[in-house]
Amino acid sequence: MDLVLLFVQGLNGLQFGVMLFLMAAGMTLVFGVMDLLNLAHGSLYMLGAYLAATLQVHTGSFPIALALAVPATVLIGMALEATLLCRLYDRDHLDHATMTFALILFFNELVRIIWGPQARFMGLPDQLSGHVEILPGVTYPVYRLLIIGVGLLVAGFLYWLIMRTRLGMLIRAGASNREMVNALGVNIKLLYTLLFGLGAALAGLAGMMAGPILSIEAGMGEPILILTLVVIVIGGIGSVRGAFLASLLVGVADTFGRVLLPPALASMVIYILMAAVLFWRPQGLFPSHG
Amino acid sequence: MDKPLLQVRNLCKSFGAMAVSAGIQLSVMPAEAHAIIGPNGAGKTTLLAQIAGELRPDSGSIVFAGKDITRMAVHKRSRLGISRSFQITSIFNRLTALDNVSLAVQARTGHSFRFWQRARTIPTLREPAMAMLERFGLADRAEDVADSLSYGEQRQLELAMTLATEPKLLILDEPTAGMGVEESAHMVSMLRSLKGKQTLLLVEHDMDAVFALADRITVLVYGQVMATGGPDEIRSNPRVRDAYLGCEETSGVVHAA
Amino acid sequence: MADLRLLDARGCALLLLLSVLAAVPLYGDPFTTRFFTRIMIYAILALSLDLILGYGGMASLGHAAFLGIGAYTVGILARYGIQSAIIAWPLAMAASMLVALFIGVVSLRTSGTYFIMITLAFAQMLYYFFVSLKGFGGSDGMPLPVRNTLGGIMDLGRHATFYYVVLLTMLAALGLSHRIVHSRFGMVIGGIRENEQRMRSLGIATFRYKLTCFVIAAALAGLAGALIANQILYVSPALLHWTRSGEILIMVVLGGMRSLVGPMLGAMALLIAEEVLSSMTEHWMILLGPLMIVVVLSGRTGIYGLLTKGSRSHG
Repeated sequence: MDLVLLFVQGLNGLQFGVMLFLMAAGMTLVFGVMDLLNLAHGSLYMLGAYLAATLQVHTGSFPIALALAVPATVLIGMALEATLLCRLYDRDHLDHATMTFALILFFNELVRIIWGPQARFMGLPDQLSGHVEILPGVTYPVYRLLIIGVGLLVAGFLYWLIMRTRLGMLIRAGASNREMVNALGVNIKLLYTLLFGLGAALAGLAGMMAGPILSIEAGMGEPILILTLVVIVIGGIGSVRGAFLASLLVGVADTFGRVLLPPALASMVIYILMAAVLFWRPQGLFPSHG
Repeated sequence: MDKPLLQVRNLCKSFGAMAVSAGIQLSVMPAEAHAIIGPNGAGKTTLLAQIAGELRPDSGSIVFAGKDITRMAVHKRSRLGISRSFQITSIFNRLTALDNVSLAVQARTGHSFRFWQRARTIPTLREPAMAMLERFGLADRAEDVADSLSYGEQRQLELAMTLATEPKLLILDEPTAGMGVEESAHMVSMLRSLKGKQTLLLVEHDMDAVFALADRITVLVYGQVMATGGPDEIRSNPRVRDAYLGCEETSGVVHAA
Repeated sequence: MADLRLLDARGCALLLLLSVLAAVPLYGDPFTTRFFTRIMIYAILALSLDLILGYGGMASLGHAAFLGIGAYTVGILARYGIQSAIIAWPLAMAASMLVALFIGVVSLRTSGTYFIMITLAFAQMLYYFFVSLKGFGGSDGMPLPVRNTLGGIMDLGRHATFYYVVLLTMLAALGLSHRIVHSRFGMVIGGIRENEQRMRSLGIATFRYKLTCFVIAAALAGLAGALIANQILYVSPALLHWTRSGEILIMVVLGGMRSLVGPMLGAMALLIAEEVLSSMTEHWMILLGPLMIVVVLSGRTGIYGLLTKGSRSHG
């Protein structure tokens, strides 16, 4: 495989990884701090995509659609947490799994009812639908570069948020010792709702960005949910840094696997990777708990 | 001189920058009742956890009955004869008292890869379990779900379970924690009846219980052993008094057994 | 005394149910017979999940993988001319057990929550694996020309015959499971579910018991897979889709976890509801989610719990 192909595939892997990171960061934060296993995270991703597509149709503007879709997803997410998911906090993870699985069923059917069963597609505005020359003789889709850019920006933002702000300090503290944060008199309910909103924002953003490159349909959230779970297991629950590194690892491994290996093996690469990590380090590569 | 049943040498354990165990030396002789006392945060429970196997020490060694168990898994240590009760009662809350103790008996009688016979009808499991419950005065609660037992009864149940495994070394983490005066006295007399027959290693805050039970006492402060000796020695040790025991009044009064 | 009388009531109800089931092929039309065959196969599948979920406390969200593996074993063997159930069905179970062994070794040493995620992930992997098997139909799957033969004497192609074979298998599965959960092994599994730390400090090597439970459940699910392949005469990756794992989970939770009979009731309820509601509206699924949420939040023990309310005995 020549160097150019390597580079392009590397970018593809990076793009995929960055999308996974958006999902994984939200999920691992919610799980690490709130101890909530939210399988409906993929549904938030799906809603982000559907909302962006619909808004684009109604406003005719791609940027406006993007700007509104994420806040809308955040609102839905926070409402969900405040009304339903908050009842799960003193229950075991099986109840979380069962209940959020029920939400998956509900949301999948809901989008079918509202938007119909056919897959939808989002168009890209002209400025974003072209290719750009990144190296002499090598072009790459503009939109995918945008995704990489946005993803890295968000990663940087999360780093700043978690390492440099008071909220971030609470998040880090909560991820390693929940009871302590509670005991410090912090308004846990509000913190949790905001945190869930952050997770929803990240998922919605990922879904929204995926809209133009994937088909938007009911059930689109679950394949990426499962990949997100793989990333979290590899990276370690509660660790955003672990999620970042693991997403890139999974993104690149999957992309190169598909290029280099026969289809049967290619689809198994990341799961074998997960199995290997589990065997050697059951808590993941960068667990935030002891 | 007897060989110690349990020998802990130079045990070190740190959590990040904090040294919770800083070179602990401890030996427990067979049939001895050995108490570990010390202020909160001294690392007593962490020490017990390392002896029982739930935590791995960073360095040092733990030798039990001549075997090095420093890196041995919890269940293997239990099979060697170490049984323990926890600071926060650890039983099977949703099972009956009898089922709780039967499980303990079952855990000690061979393997459990037996899929056909109804376990609740096996006399070699039920009878010793029932006998143990009777010994603890819990026989009339046998068919009651463990959750419905009072706190003190649950702690008794836990002790019954640990004894049902016929341990060589019984580790007790604050057996009288959370108990009122009467329940404490009952527990202490229960433990006194084991003296000489069982080897006991217990962590306790209740000084009356400690001085009523212990043959030897180890004082732990900030992860280090400050002193080890008989009750009188410890009671009269000025450094121990300063660090932990405070005034003379805490010692001396022994409840009726 | 009250317990004995209750046992009679529950026993009678069960007997009644089984008599009804036994009578279906005699009085029902072929469609009904096939429908109830399907229900019983799913009852076996749900029962197998209850063994690890309800009794073992291990939340597996990828149980459909074993259904698929069992089914594909039968399908692939049929492709190569092996039609005998006596060979194919045990092999189906063995294949499931082997995969379960691998998955279990890798994932049972981690915490329960990781286990949920990992089982979901591995089931997805197996789904993609079977999709990639172009030689065996890929994502469309492949048909089976004819049902397996049972010892050369029974023609499972006749719906009634197959029905009774499935019924007997279900009864055997129920009976076996009943013995297992009340045996020494079952007691240990229950203890591990209730308090694994305590079990370890009592001297039990909990990992190998959990693994064994997981493998047994997979074997049963693999058998259900062999049966379903025969039932619909088709195998496809859809059998391993995560939605199917979710359906099985719903059957167990809805029917009543840790009751053996509950999963059977859950399978019945879900499949009958599906049949009835889907003819009324294509969006009947939207009710399923909220229903599950209500069941989970109310903490009730499903249909079985509802039926036996106020008569709870321990264990």
